[in-house]
Amino acid sequence: MTDAPHSDTDLVSSAKARLPDVFDKSGSHTLTPFVVTLAVIASLGYCAVAFGATPARLIEGLSRLGTILAFMFPPHVWTTWQEWSDILEGLGETVVMAFLGTLLGAVVGLPVALLGAKNIMPLNWLRLFSRRGFDALRAVEQIILALIFIRAFGLGPLAGIFAIAVSEVGTFAKLFAEAIENTSRRPVDGVKASGGSNFQAIRYGIMPQASPVILSIILYEFESNSRSGTILGIVGAGGIGFLLADRMAAYRWPEAWSIIFLIIATVCCIDAASAWLRKRLI
Amino acid sequence: MSNLSLTIRNFETEYADVRKSMRRVQVVSILLFLCAVLFSAYVGGFFAFTEVSLPTGERVSMLKIWAGLPRLGEYLAKTIPTLRLESLGSDFAEWFWRWKTWLRLLWETILIAYAATVLAVVGGFLLSFLAARNLCPARWVAVIARRYLEIIRTVPDLVWALIFVFCFGVGPLAGIMAVGLHATGSLGKLYSEANENIDMRPLDGIKASGGSWFQQMRYGAVPQVIPNVISYTLLRFEINVRSSSIIGYVGAGGLGQEIRTAMSLQEYTDLSALFVIILVSVTIIDFVSEKLRHRIIGISEHWT
Repeated sequence: MTDAPHSDTDLVSSAKARLPDVFDKSGSHTLTPFVVTLAVIASLGYCAVAFGATPARLIEGLSRLGTILAFMFPPHVWTTWQEWSDILEGLGETVVMAFLGTLLGAVVGLPVALLGAKNIMPLNWLRLFSRRGFDALRAVEQIILALIFIRAFGLGPLAGIFAIAVSEVGTFAKLFAEAIENTSRRPVDGVKASGGSNFQAIRYGIMPQASPVILSIILYEFESNSRSGTILGIVGAGGIGFLLADRMAAYRWPEAWSIIFLIIATVCCIDAASAWLRKRLI
Repeated sequence: MSNLSLTIRNFETEYADVRKSMRRVQVVSILLFLCAVLFSAYVGGFFAFTEVSLPTGERVSMLKIWAGLPRLGEYLAKTIPTLRLESLGSDFAEWFWRWKTWLRLLWETILIAYAATVLAVVGGFLLSFLAARNLCPARWVAVIARRYLEIIRTVPDLVWALIFVFCFGVGPLAGIMAVGLHATGSLGKLYSEANENIDMRPLDGIKASGGSWFQQMRYGAVPQVIPNVISYTLLRFEINVRSSSIIGYVGAGGLGQEIRTAMSLQEYTDLSALFVIILVSVTIIDFVSEKLRHRIIGISEHWT
């Protein structure tokens, strides 16, 4: 510290020498934020022009939205048991679809995941091939799968269950494979050294390490499916979405809002339940 | 010595008790789980029967799943276009016969996703500071902001699309609003979680030198979360492209309306063509944004 700065100007100049980027006020440093902001605003303007979003149309739409939102309070309460049982059945169906779909997806996804895990599948080409397969499965939207399964099984929850299951196979296989790859090699070496077979190495060396992660992935996907399960009903694949779309199409907004509130309440219950389960299991 | 063996015996009986009670819990929970599976399989229609007419003309009742499987295969087989090696060009031209409309709608889909992402970033970013427990100006503000984000995130974008199609009419404007609102909820939550993990010392420094709440956020919190924000935003853009290719199904613009038309007119090969278009464009966008994300994360690591 022989050349320690003596005055403020020395301090500033030494700081400048050390961190030239911070003091660089010229050119790109000050200009970039402006250019980016301008580009974003210009592109939004282009979108508005291309989509015909005139102020008049926006105001009209927003006033209609206000009218709809006004139907939220007070919430509509169904008076007869018949109506209540319809709604509750729909909600139950959505939860059942999420549950069975996730379960089926996990049951199929786990063995498939072994094909995509680096530390289990030594064949490079098969591993990469199955990885691309998972990607392709995930790329198909759940709702398109639902439309396809409706053709096969007819309207109803069966189509929804299979749509969730098939799209979850891709997600689960990818996530499980990553969980399996993140395990330590040592327990596997131990099992092998004491004469264990390959299957035993997976069962007793890898699975105990991976299972907490796998369980929490399954619970998370169950939550997310019970959220997105609503939309499967809109196309007719069972669940509460059908009732919701029906009420909206008939402009019965108070009832539609009540259904939305019930969906949110159900999702909250499921989140709480799965948080409790997660704490118990892991 | 006898003392030690007594301890060991005590331990063994206690261990056996614990094991037994654990076994009991395990058996009960497995039984409960199986009951849940069976009940939901019943509700889900796994045991439902349906009438099927055989080629011989007689009608039999069959498990619905079993009856549906061959129909599934038929349906998927119909979507595969006929591509012959000798006339590959014209076969492709026939397969993608509406490519001009489809390309226009693909552009519209991407624009919807882009505009929705911009709206969601603005909304989610502003709300994320109010919703973060460590940054919110007051406790009740955080509670309200969190509830709001949760509600708009729980309602799926297709439901928002139904609502906005009623408000703004059929077209991409409703799609932007719907995807944007749903994405605001998800991004707001992710951003606020990033906000909750920041180092509070820079904010204390700004507060100590007389900075307002806004200045604390701007100069203390924002520089710390920017890399996270950018990476979440790019991820969300990918998701938004997927969902805006769907919402056209209820009339909110984009490729989805073509999917609906092809389904109802039973143009099977159109469906596979649309699927290929969506798959290819989503893959390209995923690839580009992944490269971008890695570069940005790399740059931010270089800075710190």
